[in-house]
Amino acid sequence: MTFNGWFQIALFSAVIVLLARPLGGYMTRVFAGERTFLSPVLRPLERVLYRLSGVNERTDQNWVTYAVAMLLFNLAGFLLLYAMQRFQAVLPFNPAGQSAVEEGLAFNTAMSFTTNTNWQSYVPETTMSYLVQMAGLTVHNFVSAATGVALAIALIRGFARRSASGIGNFWVDLTRCTLYVLMPISVVVALFFVWQGMPQNLSAYTEATTLEGAKQVIAQGPVASQEVIKMLGTNGGGFFNANSAHPFENPNAITNFVQMVLIFAIGAALTNVFGRMVGDQRQGWAVLAVMGFLFLGGVATAYWAESAGNPEIAALGVDTAPSALQAGGNMEGKETRFGIADTALFVTVTTDASCGAVNAMHDSLTPLGGLVPMFNMQLGEIIVGGVGAGLYGMLLFAIISVFVAGLMVGRTPEYLGKKIEAKEVKMAMLAILILPLSILGFSAIATVVDAGLAGPANAGPHGFSEILYAYTSGTANNGSAFAGLSANTLFYNTTIGFAMFIGRFLMIVPMVAIAGSLAAKKIVPASGGTFPTNGPLFVGLVIGVILIVGGLTYFPALALGPFVEHFAMNGGTLF
Amino acid sequence: MLKEVRPAIVMIVCLTILTGLVYPLAMTGIAQTLFPRQANGSLIEKGGKVIGSELIGQNFAKPGYFRGRPSATTDTDPKDPSKTIPAPYNAANSGGSNAGPTSKTLIERVQGDVKALKEENPNAPIPVDLVTTSASGLDPEISPAAALFQVPRVAKERGLPEQRVRDLVTANIEGRFLGVIGEPRVNVLKLNMALDALGGR
Repeated sequence: MTFNGWFQIALFSAVIVLLARPLGGYMTRVFAGERTFLSPVLRPLERVLYRLSGVNERTDQNWVTYAVAMLLFNLAGFLLLYAMQRFQAVLPFNPAGQSAVEEGLAFNTAMSFTTNTNWQSYVPETTMSYLVQMAGLTVHNFVSAATGVALAIALIRGFARRSASGIGNFWVDLTRCTLYVLMPISVVVALFFVWQGMPQNLSAYTEATTLEGAKQVIAQGPVASQEVIKMLGTNGGGFFNANSAHPFENPNAITNFVQMVLIFAIGAALTNVFGRMVGDQRQGWAVLAVMGFLFLGGVATAYWAESAGNPEIAALGVDTAPSALQAGGNMEGKETRFGIADTALFVTVTTDASCGAVNAMHDSLTPLGGLVPMFNMQLGEIIVGGVGAGLYGMLLFAIISVFVAGLMVGRTPEYLGKKIEAKEVKMAMLAILILPLSILGFSAIATVVDAGLAGPANAGPHGFSEILYAYTSGTANNGSAFAGLSANTLFYNTTIGFAMFIGRFLMIVPMVAIAGSLAAKKIVPASGGTFPTNGPLFVGLVIGVILIVGGLTYFPALALGPFVEHFAMNGGTLF
Repeated sequence: MLKEVRPAIVMIVCLTILTGLVYPLAMTGIAQTLFPRQANGSLIEKGGKVIGSELIGQNFAKPGYFRGRPSATTDTDPKDPSKTIPAPYNAANSGGSNAGPTSKTLIERVQGDVKALKEENPNAPIPVDLVTTSASGLDPEISPAAALFQVPRVAKERGLPEQRVRDLVTANIEGRFLGVIGEPRVNVLKLNMALDALGGR
């Protein structure tokens, strides 16, 4: 570990905290339907969309209608994406001549991008046409993100409103998020990315004759426009197989830094939106403090583990010490321009959020370095989290925390003036328990059936980690992988496809139910006996609940994978 | 409920046109006008022929050139399309080794590379990035330590004084952005082109 490494991590954290307030203020105005500086350009377009789709933007939907609208929209998107992949061979923008995607893979990919997971069982540059990359995958990068943000806003309205039947209008939230938040940032940053070296073309792959006279075919494409929304919408599906480790997808350390900021920007700003909408910004900062604490714990562990490197490689006489001339550490599966610090930071950021983009091969991380992303996802990606999904996941834990605190003193718990009763606690627990059910359930099945055991590329505990990581990533809608796993099989495409569905929609529905139930409640005025939810005591309590309720569930499984491998590595055992 | 079917269909179609066609095509148009070199892959041409991209590493096997990092990229086996064969620096199929830290295959591969490098330069410690595969398999760069390690071999092969080659490496080191962000590194293709320009054998 070096001073420079820690300084880069501190710099990144500072940028995120500084962005939260201005972006949060802007987003609050957007979702309140107020005028913004972009309204003169975007408002007419917004109106056209409502007119074509027959939406009355003043209609307030109750939670059931809101949820149904969201589900129907996602179903339509899923079917369209599936069809586009199956017919890509006869559709335009296919200079590389890709053939139709086969059914199992098309199902998995459509599910993956609809649920904001972006798990990729395929190699993009040899599978997908430019049309599918743009009009299929890029579209879902926008709308699955907008869906997540809309749902978070709906839940916040549940807290903010009193005795109300509605929680907003899904179509309006979806449209405004896409037009006013995601699109403008994408346009500006995409151009920055091109300037820094990302390709943006529709040309056929380039055939080069190398300096030594060999042939090299260089994949091209409209990379930058997809890259920016891939990060901003915490999608993470790479244009190329190597994702953000590919020099075209992440040409230098600046683009890398900006990509990480994009991943966290909206999620962190939403805590501020939350604070503003419930009328006390400190409530938002308290939530961000919980996230910040868990983030720093993760990044410190990953950075330490990756800097320490692999003792088995050092034992062969290889110099793994960091110096002015090399990054050192565990460089297997990492890129020179990012070294150790920027990789450890990216690993943590991409799994704290539900992004899943990678700038290194996670499969080759040290055991404890690989434990960090797995654990981050298993907590439900609430550390900033996926756009929207992170905030509502965290608020579910906040509900459980005030419930636990209420039990300790024997008082009906309240959060932001709303009485938390049996229904809310049941729904919150349901949403939280769905994750381990899918992650541990599917992993258990895959470790006993032949089709599952055929997957791992590595033997020993690392092979088990590959399986556990796959279902963790799928269920948590992350999309990163221990990519040695051969996941493009009927068994894995189907089971991971269902894990993604369960992790997304079975968590959303109880959450929207909570929003509806909270909105209908009156506000109880705060009294001397009210537990303040904007101070350090609350922050500490939520962290404790997250680690105990969320974390301990996975400890036995993690002990079999990363922990065993850690001791094996230090003991000199190979598999 | 059925009321929501129409907006579901119209919205996905409209947003597909907007975010999936208008946005990327407009960005392509603007990018091609403002930054044509980068937008087309930062290609390097020599005598009218494309010799590569400055961002994409290429395979250097000749001893007279600096080598990049080991690459784990593959290609389909021409004899059996269901299998893959190693094809280092295949820029149409990026990817890493995905070998875990306790993988026997990984340690044996490193062992082999270490042996070859020790013969080539027994006096210096072996930089870790020279024996580990990159994430993309297309890493265009190596650490300054990895470049300096190769100086004796390259100088001998080219019949150039070591100091001259070492100076060339030093001149090709790119530092951190603003001295803070990223890691120092050397672009192998650019270094080798500068080496060719230097003359020697």
